[in-house]
Amino acid sequence: MELTVWTYEGPPHVGAIRIANSMRDVHFVLHAPQGDTYADLLFTMIERNRKRPPVTYTTFQARDLSGDTAEIFKIAAREAVERFKPQALLVGASCTAELIQDDPGGLAKALGLSVPVVALELPSYQKKENWGAAETFYRLVRAFAGGAGKPDVAPERASCNILGPSSLGFRNRDDIIEITRIVEALGIRINTVAPLGASPADLARIPQAHFNIVLYPEIADNAARWLKRQFGQEMVAIAPIGVGATQDFIAAVAGVAGVEVPASLTADGAERLSWYSRSIDSNYLTGKRVFIFGDATHAVAAARIASEELGFKVCGLGTYSREFARDVREAAAKYGVEPLISDNHLDVEDAIIAAQPELVLGTQMERHAAKRLRIPCAVISSPVHVQDFPARYSPQMGFEGANVIFDSWVHPLMMGLEEHLLQMFRGDFEFHDDAGSSHLGHGHGGAADT
Amino acid sequence: MTVVYSAPVPAQTCAPETAERRDVLKQRGQHEVFCGLTSIMWLHRKMQDAFFLIVGSRTCAHLMQSAAGVMIFAEPRFATAIIDERDLAGMADMNEELDKVVERLLTRRPDIKLLVLVGSCPSEVIKLDLPRAANRLNGAHSPACRVMAYSGSGIETTFTQGEDNFLAALVADMPAEAADAAASLVVVGALGDVVEDQMMRVFTGLGIGPVRFLPSRSSTTLPPVGPNTRFILAQPWVGACAQALERRGAQRISAPFPLGEEGSTAWYRAIAGSFGVAEARFDAITAPGRDRARRAVERYRPVLEGKSVFLFPDSQLEPSLARFLSRELATSIVEIGTPYLNREVVGAELAMLPESVRVSEGQDVDKQIDRVESDNPDLIICGMGLGNPFEAQGRSTKWSIEFVFTPIQGYEQAGDLAELIARPLMRRSLLKVGA
Repeated sequence: MELTVWTYEGPPHVGAIRIANSMRDVHFVLHAPQGDTYADLLFTMIERNRKRPPVTYTTFQARDLSGDTAEIFKIAAREAVERFKPQALLVGASCTAELIQDDPGGLAKALGLSVPVVALELPSYQKKENWGAAETFYRLVRAFAGGAGKPDVAPERASCNILGPSSLGFRNRDDIIEITRIVEALGIRINTVAPLGASPADLARIPQAHFNIVLYPEIADNAARWLKRQFGQEMVAIAPIGVGATQDFIAAVAGVAGVEVPASLTADGAERLSWYSRSIDSNYLTGKRVFIFGDATHAVAAARIASEELGFKVCGLGTYSREFARDVREAAAKYGVEPLISDNHLDVEDAIIAAQPELVLGTQMERHAAKRLRIPCAVISSPVHVQDFPARYSPQMGFEGANVIFDSWVHPLMMGLEEHLLQMFRGDFEFHDDAGSSHLGHGHGGAADT
Repeated sequence: MTVVYSAPVPAQTCAPETAERRDVLKQRGQHEVFCGLTSIMWLHRKMQDAFFLIVGSRTCAHLMQSAAGVMIFAEPRFATAIIDERDLAGMADMNEELDKVVERLLTRRPDIKLLVLVGSCPSEVIKLDLPRAANRLNGAHSPACRVMAYSGSGIETTFTQGEDNFLAALVADMPAEAADAAASLVVVGALGDVVEDQMMRVFTGLGIGPVRFLPSRSSTTLPPVGPNTRFILAQPWVGACAQALERRGAQRISAPFPLGEEGSTAWYRAIAGSFGVAEARFDAITAPGRDRARRAVERYRPVLEGKSVFLFPDSQLEPSLARFLSRELATSIVEIGTPYLNREVVGAELAMLPESVRVSEGQDVDKQIDRVESDNPDLIICGMGLGNPFEAQGRSTKWSIEFVFTPIQGYEQAGDLAELIARPLMRRSLLKVGA
């Protein structure tokens, strides 16, 4: 038993719902007690979706436990297929349904439904949200791309799939636009983007591309590895977050596709971060101590940007993604800090206090820990709340992503002149250490607006 | 005031309910509602020396942080003891694990006076005996900290029913009132502090006292209860607590709920009648409030008059809201959905509504959405999982959870309540963008 107030990830069935909600023409029947429908508002409120997530919950109650909960599941599955007419049906159990062991997969098969059924095993007492999403995506890809043998892929023109973007993913909506632009500038055809916006029929076309781009390994690494084994599709798994990473990404993609990189992608001015960071006003950013925590992909990317592109000093680096802890350990070794692999927010808070950073780059939780500690903070990774599904275009990836990152990471820091004046004159009745940065509004605490 | 209506034409799946002479639509399907754990969100603020420890899964913890939104960071007085596979496989003794978690928690928060173990779906399904665990822990930690237990699981409770279970469990802890004590009043159901204060002023004016509230603001000041105690429900969801109070000899005062001018007056009148307050004094004390409430509500009448309203099940407040909307704002109610219909508690509310009003208990959300399609109401009162999808279809919605988190009871809040409901329609007429 573990005492927790806050969890970095939801249970695995939430990951499964994220995949179902990302896709078109997929419906998910989730065996779950009354109340688990709270998950709907992650999508309707936080992500501000216009449609209900494609999930039918059995919402059984105590009185059903003495009756036939399996029958309730069967009715729900049958009615969901009739009503929503999906191309594929996902079935699974939430944590409570896992305990009563009705076997949704077996039950759904026995129903003889008119659509393919993909049964999910989601061990709620061991695994978490991202694992659930990755497993669900992998099962779906296997089910729909696995049927045929290796297809004849036309050799003349390079094509790829973009795998990983999903519903409730941090800035995934805009990252795809940015990356699509880059991949198309390389003259590479995009065969499928999945799971976000894809249908089961689209998944079946995945093997027709030459290679796979894995934007979010937490979601798509399993599926891409399987595709590599099954169809020999190469995978590029460099997250193009930051200028250097984007250049590496472009080089890797061009290499796998066998195409030249056009000048437009390497020209000075493709992004503004490089110049902004070199301009003299950024001088005072040098050596600012920064603590980084998030999912592995975003944390590792942030450490490189902080260190190589903004001139910060990484004083702490960690992740809650145990599946990708190795990547974070390697990065931590590079920056000479102790890696923090934990999903306990109190441990993270203790580590922040010990590292004494001047800036925290983290998740929603670190935002609030930093607020309490009066340290400036910016959000770089899920979990996030509604503010981080903004209306404006705000990718993290590619060239425009680097621009967004420069603005949002530097903004919470005190502006240069104010910082100098504070050190010279300490007794000012308005501008003093406890008042926080005046460009954030008067009497504001250290953290960015929360 | 009781009005008897003839039975309406039965809907397809109706079972006749002779007691109300009103058919109730009962459907079994997906329930789009919160579980009782969510009631911790306001209970931990109401009773400031209590800490709520959910014994459950990661889903329970995730629910709490998703539903509590930003509030969770202010070192909230609730947490989850997450059951893991070691507990389930019997590799760890769950009771010993729980004891350890409680020990750690109480060391971290020595200011806790009441620790509440809250049962969840997983803990109920594996039959973890939390009342027994509470007894055991009580032995170890009292008198510094009392430990009690109740269930907020989704399989047993819907949203506000969590509060009912908590209050019903608290009743056992209420001290016995002296046998010769004067008649006292207990107001049952968590209310905003401002509402309690306003009610106290009215009771003082009426000469009624002592008056106490359940839950009290502190776990150490629970009201005494005995045969001279009278109690009135301030919230419709506290039926189990009412029964527990009756078992301790207290007498219940029945009334509609204090929403709107009419509801508040009927509520105060029932209390005044029970305590023998003269009519003239009642009128003198309540007249200014009634007048203010009527005028405040009147401002929103042009927005809502003649509009049709469809209420989805959420908190059990729905019959009272519908009564207020129908009688004080002249809306026409299409359907009152309620997660649970306690006829004894809300019978008076339903009796004040026309027979054309469809009442549904429980839910099959897809079929209920079908009814919205065919009824085409002007305003839908529903949960946050449905609000935006309806809005995207061009419908107007008011999210229902807010009625539980906002002070809406009594005369001074009648206008606020009307505004909450009118605001979506006012906003819709303001916006010149989108559909």
